[in-house]
Amino acid sequence: MILVFVEHGPDGLVDTSLETLRFARDLGAAGGGIAVDAVGVGIAGFAAELGAHGVRTAYDVGGDDVAAYSGSGWAAGILTAREMAGAVVITGAGTQRGNEVLAHAAARVDAPMAANVVSFSGLAPFVVTRQVMGGAALEDMRLGHRPAIFSVAGHAVEASEIGGSAAHVVAVDPLLRPEDLVARVVSTAAGEADQSGNLKTARVVVGGGRGAGGPDGFGAVDELAGLLGATVGVSRVVTSLGWRPHHEQVGQTGSRISPELYIPCGISGAIQHWAGCSSSKAILAINTDAEAPMVTKATYAVVGDMHEVLPAIIEAIKNR
Amino acid sequence: MRALVCVKRVPDSSGQVVLTEDAQAVDGRFAGFTISDHENCAVETAVQVSDDVTVITVGPAEAAEQLRSALGVGASAAVHVEAEPKDLGPADVAREIAAVATEHEGEGRGYDLILLGNDAADSGDFQVPIRLAHALGRPVVTGIKTVTVEDDHAVCVGDGPDGGSETYRLPLPAVVAIMEGGVEPRYPTIKGRMAAKKVVIETRALSGTAMGASRVQLTLPPPVPSNVQVLGEGPEAAGAVVDLFARLGVLPG
Ligand SMILES: Cc1cc2nc3c(=O)[nH]c(=O)nc-3n(C[C@H](O)[C@H](O)[C@H](O)COP(=O)(O)OP(=O)(O)OC[C@H]3O[C@@H](n4cnc5c(N)ncnc54)[C@H](O)[C@@H]3O)c2cc1C
Ligand SMILES: Nc1ncnc2c1ncn2[C@@H]1O[C@H](COP(=O)(O)O)[C@@H](O)[C@H]1O
Repeated sequence: MILVFVEHGPDGLVDTSLETLRFARDLGAAGGGIAVDAVGVGIAGFAAELGAHGVRTAYDVGGDDVAAYSGSGWAAGILTAREMAGAVVITGAGTQRGNEVLAHAAARVDAPMAANVVSFSGLAPFVVTRQVMGGAALEDMRLGHRPAIFSVAGHAVEASEIGGSAAHVVAVDPLLRPEDLVARVVSTAAGEADQSGNLKTARVVVGGGRGAGGPDGFGAVDELAGLLGATVGVSRVVTSLGWRPHHEQVGQTGSRISPELYIPCGISGAIQHWAGCSSSKAILAINTDAEAPMVTKATYAVVGDMHEVLPAIIEAIKNR
Repeated sequence: MRALVCVKRVPDSSGQVVLTEDAQAVDGRFAGFTISDHENCAVETAVQVSDDVTVITVGPAEAAEQLRSALGVGASAAVHVEAEPKDLGPADVAREIAAVATEHEGEGRGYDLILLGNDAADSGDFQVPIRLAHALGRPVVTGIKTVTVEDDHAVCVGDGPDGGSETYRLPLPAVVAIMEGGVEPRYPTIKGRMAAKKVVIETRALSGTAMGASRVQLTLPPPVPSNVQVLGEGPEAAGAVVDLFARLGVLPG
């Protein structure tokens, strides 16, 4: 059995978890029909969605102790479910939280872990391919240990529903030690309202990356987006540095976009960013570096400083 | 308050990545070597919360260069566990760092706070901090942007999964993995560089047998053939861009 740790927001499972379910189903099929079960905290309400994505049993970890997130406490829940289900594989999405929880599980059972897997190339021995060097290289890694523990890189595969009936929900009372709850979230602050929904459905997306230069460097990006009725999307560097809110991030750990036109400005086109924008119908890259991967992979490009090129484009649109 | 920061010598990944002939490693001879942005922020965080910072690396003789850089921006002691990088997996690195921390603690110079990067820029294993914390029996959080020390606690703030922020309050001693973005790493001063040169690095051998990383081989993703149509250079390209917008039907009105 393959056990998938799934994450969810208020309205449903997150996209990367659905992709991981797909990955697990493909792995299960290659292994001769190994079933896929899910484990998560408070997932009972998503039994129908889980079933539609091929999950047979949903192990719903509950109780006051796991209501607030702790990597160790949630990993304990996964391992309790694993005991109940007898899983040979434990996986989850390669999000910050997914990687953290899986690493805790791996450390507890003293198993290796492979982060950010994109495919598997053999079952006996089990060999996975994962992203290293920020995606600039791939590593084939043997995962001989059972349970095999790995995370799946965002957008490595596409989620797909197979229309199964609702998953059977099993309540899990995690076997916790007091020390599992020491590193627990004590308070949260809401971010800006999540508008990533717009990004996923936008017809045009104007992107900004480190090339913007700072939080004040997005004036022309915003203005062009306003003129074209477009949505703004940014790179992870930009959200990590706090220049723009996280819901604007495009990529492996952000939104996956598929607009008619994507206009990435000052974005190098790292593989994790590309994972989120490769389904754009056309890409117009604006970059000072003619050799940047975003430029060479794009449909169209302007080689130049975004702080000069964007105002000129805005001016030309207004003058039309 | 004593802090330990873990840094890893990694090939610079911003340029073209070249593999060694046996496809077991990235050849960093052309691109040069560095530590990750996350680790630069971990060093900066350590220097801000503690005036007694030790930096440690597990790696080849040349990794002394990365230790000296950290010494140059405010760390005052350094430990170098010399090892061949290709023999090491994340569990090995965690065990080695735990061995040093435990030994120093026995000598009355334990660490209240151990800081690492969220993930290494080369192997991206996302697990050394957690394995280290497990080995030491200490609490751990990852993805943290800012740390403040209040009495015997570390208040750690990171991004939540929904884009908001999350706060943890860890009793010390604790392990914290830092994510780039919360602090601005400082540049070394001349005085800092001079002081760094004088520090005697504590050099050690591996304490146990390395298990390795189960690496079969590295490969490079196939280059995507470029079909890009360059519309022009600089602001002069604006006309061609607007024509393109018109053709694609994305202009307003
Ligand atoms: C596990 C993992 C997950 C990740 N997930 C994501 C993700 O979801 N999304 C994401 O984006 N990244 C992600 N990343 C990070 C990714 O690897 C890159 O670091 C990031 O995308 C780079 O952002 P950037 O292109 O803005 O910055 P850089 O790579 O620094 O590129 C800046 C670009 O701007 C150009 N430039 C500079 N100045 C100008 C100017 N004045 N005008 C025009 N161009 C200019 C430069 O030539 C360069 O091409 C992830 C990394 C890891 C390890
Ligand atoms: N060889 C090493 N020596 C010292 N610290 C390391 C080493 N490898 C990893 N680390 C630390 O652990 C963090 C996470 O690495 P990883 O789990 O390998 O992605 C890095 O950012 C470093 O701070």
